[in-house]
Amino acid sequence: MSKIVLDFEKPLVQLEEKLAEMRAFAQNGNGRVNTELANEISTMERKVEDLRASIYRNLTRWQRVQLARHPERPYTQDYIYMIFQDFMELHGDRAFGDDKAIIGGFAKLKDANGFSQSVAVIGHQKGRDTKSNLYRNFGMANPEGYRKALRIMKLAEKFKKPVVTFIDTPGAFPGIEAEERGQAEAIARNLFEMSKLETPIICVIIGEGASGGAIGIGVGDRILMLENAWYSVISPESCSSILWRSWSFKEQAAEALKLTAPDLIEFGIIDRIIPEPIGGAHRNPEQTAKTLKEALIEELKPLLQKDRQTLVEERIEKFGKMGVVSSE
Amino acid sequence: MSWYKRERPSVLTEKKRDMPEGLWWKCDECGATIHRKQLEDHLYTCPSCGNHFRISPQKYFEILFDGEKFEEFDANLRSADPLHFVDTKRYVDRINSTIKKTGLNDACRNAVGKISGRETVISAMDFGFIGGSMGSVVGEKVARAIDKSLALKAPLVVISQSGGARMMEAALSLMQMAKTSARLTRLHKAGIPYISLLTDPTTGGVTASFSMLGDFNLAEPGALIGFAGPRVIKETIRRELPNGFQRAEFLQEHGFVDKIVPRRELKETLSQLFDLVCD
Ligand SMILES: [Zn+2]
Repeated sequence: MSKIVLDFEKPLVQLEEKLAEMRAFAQNGNGRVNTELANEISTMERKVEDLRASIYRNLTRWQRVQLARHPERPYTQDYIYMIFQDFMELHGDRAFGDDKAIIGGFAKLKDANGFSQSVAVIGHQKGRDTKSNLYRNFGMANPEGYRKALRIMKLAEKFKKPVVTFIDTPGAFPGIEAEERGQAEAIARNLFEMSKLETPIICVIIGEGASGGAIGIGVGDRILMLENAWYSVISPESCSSILWRSWSFKEQAAEALKLTAPDLIEFGIIDRIIPEPIGGAHRNPEQTAKTLKEALIEELKPLLQKDRQTLVEERIEKFGKMGVVSSE
Repeated sequence: MSWYKRERPSVLTEKKRDMPEGLWWKCDECGATIHRKQLEDHLYTCPSCGNHFRISPQKYFEILFDGEKFEEFDANLRSADPLHFVDTKRYVDRINSTIKKTGLNDACRNAVGKISGRETVISAMDFGFIGGSMGSVVGEKVARAIDKSLALKAPLVVISQSGGARMMEAALSLMQMAKTSARLTRLHKAGIPYISLLTDPTTGGVTASFSMLGDFNLAEPGALIGFAGPRVIKETIRRELPNGFQRAEFLQEHGFVDKIVPRRELKETLSQLFDLVCD
């Protein structure tokens, strides 16, 4: 049971608590069978399951955004350790510094059926508490983060290893120094270089995919997205503040932006949705990681067979098709 | 190829917000009063302080193409409102009223013509159309300008003037950043020069994609250029921003702009660059 309860989860938690009380009461009955109580408990169990199903099967877009930001949601490092082996982290962009909001390195991707492949793994990294969030800058990268990511991708290309990126950021950091060091150029350069990187790239949106800061490590051959992640050009809050001139229209903004995985697969922006356990990835991180790992291996296999030029041409074409225009 | 000259709507009437009608114009920088004729002679820059006023793609085409002759292409592309986006009003209504008001179909115009005798493709953005924002149409038009440039083996100039990606097309707008940047790799491979001219303002999604990817990044004096807008930065860091922050000169000082080019030298600078790298 999760410690942190989102507002829409409250009725469920209340019911779950009541059920727990009833079970405790039954256990204190000295082993005497109380048929009436047993019946009440099983009715309550059904009620809980029905409510759980109805809440999580009908999540609004804003509720998914809340799940994507859940403080207990697995982050890049969690997935790296649950999915890969022998991760060796690499540091620095060789020009300015080491950005803690993006981590990266090489690791082994192996399964029980004999699949074994070295890959470059790169992702935004958020913190879990105030201290680690300050250290990670809340997953908001500076230019050197994007440049470190590119350096590692170039190494992957050199050593003919595929790249896996994990996207989870509230945005690239908007600061004076970030502008001085060329935040825009760093992201633009990554889009350009990732488009022509001669090795397979798989990108996974695991939590928040906010704007340029997200797509800065988001150009690939296959784009996967966790069921409750969000990906858009702007956060619902900022969208609300600009278009509604008020911060209080975030729910409407989330609806309008159509930022969920089921929305984006329809627009051809993502290729595959990774299902999460009921209640969200944080309810069962191991299960989420297992599902994601299987999908990664499945997607990687055909890409590894492809000729490098074909791979690049198809990637440019893939993004070239995105967008809808009318021309009457 | 059929060359034609468009009926030129005067900038003074076309951009009511920035340039009101009438014979006199007041510089918002130095306060100088400028006669309309004088303004035209100075390519819409202030004769006393050099302030560059914002101008439309039409004006850039006339300033840059020989004999003011050019052929526009893909002019009919319009937004299809794929998300059926609604905020305080419907996006489709916003689009239609902006089309009516500006006479433009979206925030970008593509044209091919000659610059000092050399065939050149220009894709120019217009801030007057929903802040020059990039949705599917702008992304597609920049991509098609790249295709045209490849087909003709002609240099490409993209003139940016945009607040960033268009919110009302959400993730599709975001994808235009990847789409245009990916397409540019083909120009790179073909050895065709790409010049990015950054004008006031160039921020957000365009800066973080094609605008920063020029073989040569040129900027107009004083242009606001950045990733995040100054207001957002100020709200985030809760500090005053330094003088000249995110202006063209600041960008050059920090190594992101090759050259700041006053408008009167723009055509000559482009010709010189093409001569240096094409011949
Ligand atoms: Zn002046």
